Amino acid sequence: MSGDPILTVDHLMMRFGGIVAVNELSFAAERRKITALIGPNGAGKTTVFNCITGFYRPSGGAIRLTDDVGRTMQLERLGDFRITKQAKVARTFQNIRLFPGMTALENLMVAQHNALMRASGLTLLGLIGTPSWRAAEERAIELARTWLDRVGLLPRADDAAGNLAYGDQRRLEIARAMCTEPVLLCLDEPAAGLNARESGGLNELLLSIRNDQGTSILLIEHDMSVVMEISDHVVVMDYGVKIAEGTPQAVRDDPKVIAAYLGADEEEAIAVMESGT
Amino acid sequence: MSAISARPSHAAQPSGSAFILKKALISAAVALVLFSLMIGVRTEAGPQGGLIYWTRFGDLAALVGTVFGGSIIIELLRQWWGPVDKEHIVPKPVQAAMSFAGRWLAPALLVFAFLVPVIFYNQRYILDLSILVLTYVMLGWGLNVVVGLAGLLDLGYVAFYAVGAYSYALLATNFGLSFWVCLPLAGILAAFWGVLLGFPVLRLRGDYLAIVTLAFGEIIRLVIINWQSLTGGPNGVSGIPRPTLFGIPLDNSDDGLAARLGIDFSPTHRIVFLFYLILAMALLTNWVTIRLRRLPIGRAWEALREDEVACRALGINVTTTKLTAFATGAMFGGFAGAFFATRQGFISPESFTFQESALVLAIVVLGGMGSQLGVALAALTMIGGFELFRGFDQYRMLVFGIAMVLLMIWRPRGLIGHRAPTVFLERNQAISSDLVKEGHG
Ligand SMILES: Nc1ncnc2c1ncn2[C@@H]1O[C@H](COP(=O)(O)OP(=O)(O)OP(=O)(O)O)[C@@H](O)[C@H]1O
Ligand SMILES: [Mg+2]
Repeated sequence: MSGDPILTVDHLMMRFGGIVAVNELSFAAERRKITALIGPNGAGKTTVFNCITGFYRPSGGAIRLTDDVGRTMQLERLGDFRITKQAKVARTFQNIRLFPGMTALENLMVAQHNALMRASGLTLLGLIGTPSWRAAEERAIELARTWLDRVGLLPRADDAAGNLAYGDQRRLEIARAMCTEPVLLCLDEPAAGLNARESGGLNELLLSIRNDQGTSILLIEHDMSVVMEISDHVVVMDYGVKIAEGTPQAVRDDPKVIAAYLGADEEEAIAVMESGT
Repeated sequence: MSAISARPSHAAQPSGSAFILKKALISAAVALVLFSLMIGVRTEAGPQGGLIYWTRFGDLAALVGTVFGGSIIIELLRQWWGPVDKEHIVPKPVQAAMSFAGRWLAPALLVFAFLVPVIFYNQRYILDLSILVLTYVMLGWGLNVVVGLAGLLDLGYVAFYAVGAYSYALLATNFGLSFWVCLPLAGILAAFWGVLLGFPVLRLRGDYLAIVTLAFGEIIRLVIINWQSLTGGPNGVSGIPRPTLFGIPLDNSDDGLAARLGIDFSPTHRIVFLFYLILAMALLTNWVTIRLRRLPIGRAWEALREDEVACRALGINVTTTKLTAFATGAMFGGFAGAFFATRQGFISPESFTFQESALVLAIVVLGGMGSQLGVALAALTMIGGFELFRGFDQYRMLVFGIAMVLLMIWRPRGLIGHRAPTVFLERNQAISSDLVKEGHG
């Protein structure tokens, strides 16, 4: 695979005691493309995400991010919050992690923490309430409003995030990640638990994030209709190793992929095979 | 309609007389087992050194009966007024009156606070008590930043109070610095200790954090006791200078305030001055906290309480955010400590025991974590109420304990449990306490 990768994962290893959750995994995610990471349950997909976003320190290998101006960062050395702050990688979680006691709007304001901290002069200017701070806050609210609108949650802006319906929470989490203004957005099963209509809306949202924002997307997904419809490139994992990669069509017809899904879960295998036909 | 929709949630909570009776019987049985040896049989060393005993079945029966009756009453109270579906039992006009009171309570309290020295000018006891209450309001507001907003359980808050008090006492007695110079220094020193404590312990969570902060509070006290050469050890520091009105002393000397104004000197002048001083300091604490909540740092504190992992995923430096919460809370504690020292004129380690930390924490929890008004009300009831029962010396603790238990049954999330959003687009609506996390360290 050639082109202009934004993220390169190189011989990534992740061990938990005796378990090798990710084994010598290498792949690349293209800039301004949607790359899907799929595989049966327990294949190690979330673990890869946790390594990329600094929640786990990899046992081996390298993760490189080249941003839009050409700076390259070794993510495995940055660790923790700096990956979002400096490398501009944002993520969502498989089991939604919003701030349930804060409103939808507040959730999006927290996401702009670093930018707002700078604008508030590390709190001092904000405490006095200088005009520059007020303008920055206005802009932050405006950005939050834009994203609330784009995920269709503007009428619920002042409701507690914990009170939103499941599908709304999923979309709010994506909006929150986007408010950090990332170059790479990592989504862990964004379509899980959504009905067909919601899942269709999600496809549109992700495509518009790619096309309008120019944000690259790395996507873990079990819902094959989503994967087949929107992804530009698919990486298939099983037992911590990459078993196939390529275009959605190529992957769907790959016997190794079908076998992996058959071995793991018949329904998923059928879903993989049927999604194209 | 709303009454019907409330049914399922009510049904989920077992109710009915059979349930209440069963619960009361179980409580009575437990009480019987417990008290039969503790109360029912009394032993004592006899005149020959042998053990003699006698029975007190009457007392035992009375106690078990009380537990039985009390259990029924508490269960009834819980079902009628409990948080389960309170709004369906409270009638509409009462609700309207309550929301009206809720809106005007804070301004009314503020006006009343400003008028206290005018109304009670001749009642020294009430003035002293108000100063005490305000000191605890300030401490409560300070700790509220750490516990209520950031969700970090701090059981050693008194340490910062002590650091502030000793900073002022030692700086003033050794170097003759004035109160107004020492006040910021005391705050800075306390904040510094807050950061110092914060570094090692902020990796800990929940119970561990609580235990370490508790230990820190005790360590500071022990250091003060044992570092005799600096702190005077158990004898404390005396002769701490009284505060001045920007250099003008409040005594009956020739250049005192009374003489300069040409009025008769009265010791009450100083009390009134102290009252307004602590009122101003408490209001400053309140103002800063309210402002901070609307700034990114304050939102990050609350986000931290809600979900630390999500904070990290948004690029928030969790460690510095926690440290700033600790330091801010500690700074307010330090200010309050400096005030305490200047008011008392004498401080000793005895004033900074764990009991103080527990009391301030109780104020924060009782008030409703995170709520400024709730904390003020809790301080008023706890400190004021505690003093009211001073006459019934031995029952004071008992009444206090019962009141606490009842309050926590009635309002498990504190007096004011809901959370006010820090920013809104259209509607500024409170968030129900069930959604707001209490933090886990
Ligand atoms: N913190 C951890 N400690 C020990 N083992 C772990 C840890 N995290 C993941 N694992 C193991 O790594 C393997 C891969 O888990 P992972 O969550 O990455 O799978 P997944 O592909 O995301 O599966 P799913 O589709 O169910 O979300 C599993 O066997 C899991 O038990
Ligand atoms: Mg997973």
